[in-house]
Amino acid sequence: MSYDGVYSEKVMDHFMNPRNVGEIEDASGVGTVGNAKCGDIMRIYLDIDDNGVIQDCKFKTFGCGAAVATSSMATEMVKGKTVQEALQVTNKAVMEALDGLPQVKIHCSLLAEEAIHAALWDYAEKNGITIEGLKKPKHDIND
Amino acid sequence: MSSDSKGAIFLDNASTTAMRKETLDAMTPYFLEDYGNPSSIHSMGRTPRDACNHVREIIGRIINAAPEEIYFTSGGTESDNWVLTSAARKAGKGKNIVISTIEHHAIIETAEALEKDGYTIRRAPVDADGIIDLDKLKELVDENTALVSVMTANNEIGSIQPLKEIAAIAHSKGALFHTDAVQAMCHIPIDVKEMGIDLLSASGHKFGGPKGVGFLFMRRGVRLEPFMRGGAQEEGKRAGTTNVPGIVGMGKAAELESADMEEKMSKISELRDHAIERIEKEIPFSKLNGHRTKRLPGNVNFSFRFVEGESLLMIMNMNGICVSTGSACASGSLDPSHVLLAIGLPHEIAHGSVRMSLSDRNTLEEIDKAVDVLKSALEKLRSMSPLYEDYVKKERCKDVI
Repeated sequence: MSYDGVYSEKVMDHFMNPRNVGEIEDASGVGTVGNAKCGDIMRIYLDIDDNGVIQDCKFKTFGCGAAVATSSMATEMVKGKTVQEALQVTNKAVMEALDGLPQVKIHCSLLAEEAIHAALWDYAEKNGITIEGLKKPKHDIND
Repeated sequence: MSSDSKGAIFLDNASTTAMRKETLDAMTPYFLEDYGNPSSIHSMGRTPRDACNHVREIIGRIINAAPEEIYFTSGGTESDNWVLTSAARKAGKGKNIVISTIEHHAIIETAEALEKDGYTIRRAPVDADGIIDLDKLKELVDENTALVSVMTANNEIGSIQPLKEIAAIAHSKGALFHTDAVQAMCHIPIDVKEMGIDLLSASGHKFGGPKGVGFLFMRRGVRLEPFMRGGAQEEGKRAGTTNVPGIVGMGKAAELESADMEEKMSKISELRDHAIERIEKEIPFSKLNGHRTKRLPGNVNFSFRFVEGESLLMIMNMNGICVSTGSACASGSLDPSHVLLAIGLPHEIAHGSVRMSLSDRNTLEEIDKAVDVLKSALEKLRSMSPLYEDYVKKERCKDVI
């Protein structure tokens, strides 16, 4: 498939200049989803303060242009939000913020949502708390 | 200097090639003045008919075939479909057809369709270099084999197959031998008589001709039913109004490309080997795919660990370099290239593959620029890769222990 003229300008911008790439040491929560077999792996690190506000968010992604762009956009969107608000950052919201994705790339935006949920799940487990509305992530790399 | 008018460095010559001005000039009169239909009996049919027959002679000379053995088609895909479908129908469902696991989709998907219709297809594996396993092939070919179809050279990894040996195996059991020579025609020497080829597919735009035209070589004595029906063109073997300008263009391109093939082969292989050498020396965790020497002069194919091909391709494209990838993400499917899986690459490594296919229009400067961009793109993508992060951490742990 051709991407030239297929990806929106926002996708291209977030792909070429991804925001929040990196790791967070001693992160409050880390989530990794996807698998190398399918060609997409996303890892999201969250730094969450005592008030449950996401102070920082970083990512690392192995995947196509859409995977990188959705990771970048998703980290932008959850930064500064509370845990509950971050749960509302759906794949649809990420996709809309990127001005859409080609049909065959929609699964990439699902991964971004799953990666955030996986990192939140990790945070909840580490702290022995339950986050209302958060289900155990499905796309774990070890599944 | 750039090999493309838009300023791009075009390293995707296995997907298509540029046409020379001379080739276009040769075609033009057959649009404007000698536009007659070669099937016409009146005078307007004469010049186009002669022109097409002249192209049969040109192609025949290049592959050591008689002009009457060349049948024009719409390209490699049609020629492949024709051979497989007609051979299967002729042989009947009790017989089998043997193909390799690294064939072009024109063969693979036609074979799958025939399988659904109840025909038997057998698939001969290749080794880690992408060369067909002759012993395994021998086991698969038997008295019930109607046709063996193995490509001359692979489009992704460039591996060149031992056609003569394959033909001998096919013929020893009375089977026909077909080869898809789309990537090889006019790029490496082909002699159908010496190699024992009964049927050969080729496509004009892969060697400087226009798109939408190709041919099938069918050895005298081999009889295949038509695939396209509805007219008496091509001795009743391939119906449809003759694509005269296309055929003339393909003929001119074949003439130009094959004129100094040896010289071009050595020039292009030098560029190829320079790229391979630099990548292997300067880029860690890279693996050359395909055979090191039994390889198309213009083919460079590498897998790079920890990265995905489409994103690599995008960065290269943003820097003006056109390459291709065997990653699933680039094709819209979930599986990476069947060729890379057939040579035994794990999925995650196959996803990180890039093909550069060179032509004699490319320069050393272009190759160097491409490798430089590739290098920095890989550094960027690896720094973003969770797989690379895991690898580095694991290595660090080893150091501590």
